[in-house]
Amino acid sequence: MSDEPQLRIILAKLGLDGHDRGLKVVARILRDAGMEVIYLGLRQTTDSIVAAAEQEDADAIGLSMHNAGHMTLAPAMVTAVNDAELGTPVIVGGIVPEEDVQPLLDKGVAAVLGPGASAEDVAQTVRDAVAAAG
Amino acid sequence: MSLKPFATPWPPPAEMGKPKRSIDELYAAARGGERRALGRLLSIVERGGQDADQISDLAHPDAGRAHIVGITGAPGAGKSTLVGQLVRDLVGAGKKPAVLAVDPSSPLTGGAILGDRIRMDDIVDPGVERTSAFIRSMATRGHSGGLALAVPLAVRLFDAAGYDPVIIETVGVGQVEVDVVGAADTAVVVMTPGMGDAVQANKAGLLEVADVFVVNKADRPGANDVRRDLDLMLDLSHMTGQESETGYRPPIVMASALNAEGSEEVWATVEKHRAHLDESGLRATRRQHRIRTEVRARLAQAMAAAAEATMDGDGATLLRQAEAADISPTQATNELLTHLLNKGPAS
Repeated sequence: MSDEPQLRIILAKLGLDGHDRGLKVVARILRDAGMEVIYLGLRQTTDSIVAAAEQEDADAIGLSMHNAGHMTLAPAMVTAVNDAELGTPVIVGGIVPEEDVQPLLDKGVAAVLGPGASAEDVAQTVRDAVAAAG
Repeated sequence: MSLKPFATPWPPPAEMGKPKRSIDELYAAARGGERRALGRLLSIVERGGQDADQISDLAHPDAGRAHIVGITGAPGAGKSTLVGQLVRDLVGAGKKPAVLAVDPSSPLTGGAILGDRIRMDDIVDPGVERTSAFIRSMATRGHSGGLALAVPLAVRLFDAAGYDPVIIETVGVGQVEVDVVGAADTAVVVMTPGMGDAVQANKAGLLEVADVFVVNKADRPGANDVRRDLDLMLDLSHMTGQESETGYRPPIVMASALNAEGSEEVWATVEKHRAHLDESGLRATRRQHRIRTEVRARLAQAMAAAAEATMDGDGATLLRQAEAADISPTQATNELLTHLLNKGPAS
């Protein structure tokens, strides 16, 4: 517990994707890194995530994707966040083929975390994304 | 397969990022209905300190209208699900409810998993939520002292921003949580079957603060036993003179929040208690009690900070003497206390 502002992170699965084991692991990793995780869980929409980000004053939005919909859904999330003028960085984790990573980053996704990222990597990526968003 | 995260510095467009606005600007925007601004202010309130005090002073003249409802009960009792139902009903009735959902922080890392929204978002339509209701999760952030300061301030802010009722949801463990709920206008205690008999509820100290009891999961076996045990305990309160002077006896409502049963009756019962507060004149007493609880918590926090500062500062010599066993801890304490109190009010 330090004097640094406490980071508040929203974690959600966007759309039809029932694989939430990974998201629960990430929630625990971020909690153990001293962050506050607002856990939205399954079957969220860009609307419901934006609504939560607004009310919770979230520092970042973490999306877990295991349904191969990342090229559609992740940019849609970025657009929704921009439309709401929230400026909240969107971080994608889960299964994203390597060739899709740069296109996602080009579309405004703040970072992509692949399988095998260590707990330190996950926490540091979130911290970096929040710091870069200002 | 790469084992590395593909993190790259994110270049945010110039117009993005959270706009830096003054507290006055944020407050004006929040009063005007801007939810993002209210969200920001709540974060400042949570951090505490002078900025939080400024928000409290700003909100104070505009607050005082909202009915404050505390909802507590054991983990898993169905509080969040019930609150989700209540919010949906209230929005349907044209009201603007705000919810403060409190969850514990890890004492080891300071982190927290705030999982109350997951129940409520399933019930409350996000479109509706973005216009008529406001749900905010709050972590207890380590020592309980912070909660006792942040909750009343967040409630004041919701109240000033035009939300009514303001619902505080908290796990019914720990004195501070019980105090916070006990200081509401209406305190609702949620019980469930299978959590031990009413002796357990008596132990938790929740019976004394409850204005309304909800026996949730009433579709499960044992729900009527819980009701009977509660009734018996309430009879005992009557016998020992703990019953309120106005003869108000906390009603027991049976509910099954997951099946959307009972939430309307719960709210009707809260409204009855609200009417009782107005008719009996107890509303003013509640408010006085609430202010007293908040001021006490603020004083305690300020004095604890002063005590720490003194032990590290001009009282260090006395502390060293006690550590070296030259004087007793009580002697050191009394001298430090005299020293602290003689310093006069903090500037």
